[in-house]
Amino acid sequence: MQTDWIWGLVGGGLIGMGGAVFLLGNGRIMGASGILGGLIDGTGRSNLWERVAFLAGVVVMPLLLWPLYNVKIDTHLTDKWEVIVVAGLLVGVGTRIANGCTSGHGVCGISRFSLRGIVATVFYILAGGLTLALFRHVWGLI
Amino acid sequence: MQRILLSLLAGSLFGGGLFVSGMTDTTKVQGWLDVFGDWDPTLAFVMGGAIIPMFIAWRFTEGRKPLVGGDFPKPPAPELDHRLITGSVLFGMGWGLAGLCPGPAVASITYNGMGGLVFMAAMLGGMALAPLVGTRLDRLSAAV
Repeated sequence: MQTDWIWGLVGGGLIGMGGAVFLLGNGRIMGASGILGGLIDGTGRSNLWERVAFLAGVVVMPLLLWPLYNVKIDTHLTDKWEVIVVAGLLVGVGTRIANGCTSGHGVCGISRFSLRGIVATVFYILAGGLTLALFRHVWGLI
Repeated sequence: MQRILLSLLAGSLFGGGLFVSGMTDTTKVQGWLDVFGDWDPTLAFVMGGAIIPMFIAWRFTEGRKPLVGGDFPKPPAPELDHRLITGSVLFGMGWGLAGLCPGPAVASITYNGMGGLVFMAAMLGGMALAPLVGTRLDRLSAAV
């Protein structure tokens, strides 16, 4: 759709404001993989409820906005189970080893000109583009 | 309590932003990565739109303290290590395959069907395995 980029900009602004609240309010970097991962490996036990509250907001807000949208929202997630499982594992392992994902390294890192954030973003975009090109256009598997 | 309410607010803005920007639609994410297909620039607008308020927020941290007390995060480390690179490559591969990263995977959990739940389970499993994989990678990188 032609208006997609406007919604992208608006939504991006909201994401950035979320990051600003988390930073200026709690003094923390808003990274989805870190907030979630800390609950999984036990490193986030000291601020457990802060993490749970953040994730609750992430889950609930789309449901509150849902009635305002009169179009059907489709995530178009692949129905190939093996792809979903492999992709999930790679995203989980990778973001924790790299210590950040699109929100932490991408949004929060780039906005303070962090070299690590910029390098991570370049590598995950290149890896994503190459993987998609191979699996979709060369091998036709996804 | 203040900490928890601010987290809830931050999460709500984040989740709402992911929803309205279309980032929980995997075709939009894969569309951005798919330079050989039907390329979709939306993700760049989302990133740009998010970086602007964050850039201002980082400026605002100078000479100040967080609202709830404590300190702001330390300046970013300048060192690049093998974990940053390898981890980002692995993450990028998964991101490209399914078009989901951790934020949107959480935001779409109520409307992403069974596939979304399976992705979440696999991702959490991957996160649990990460310390083990990380140590292996450290050994590997020390050997080469």
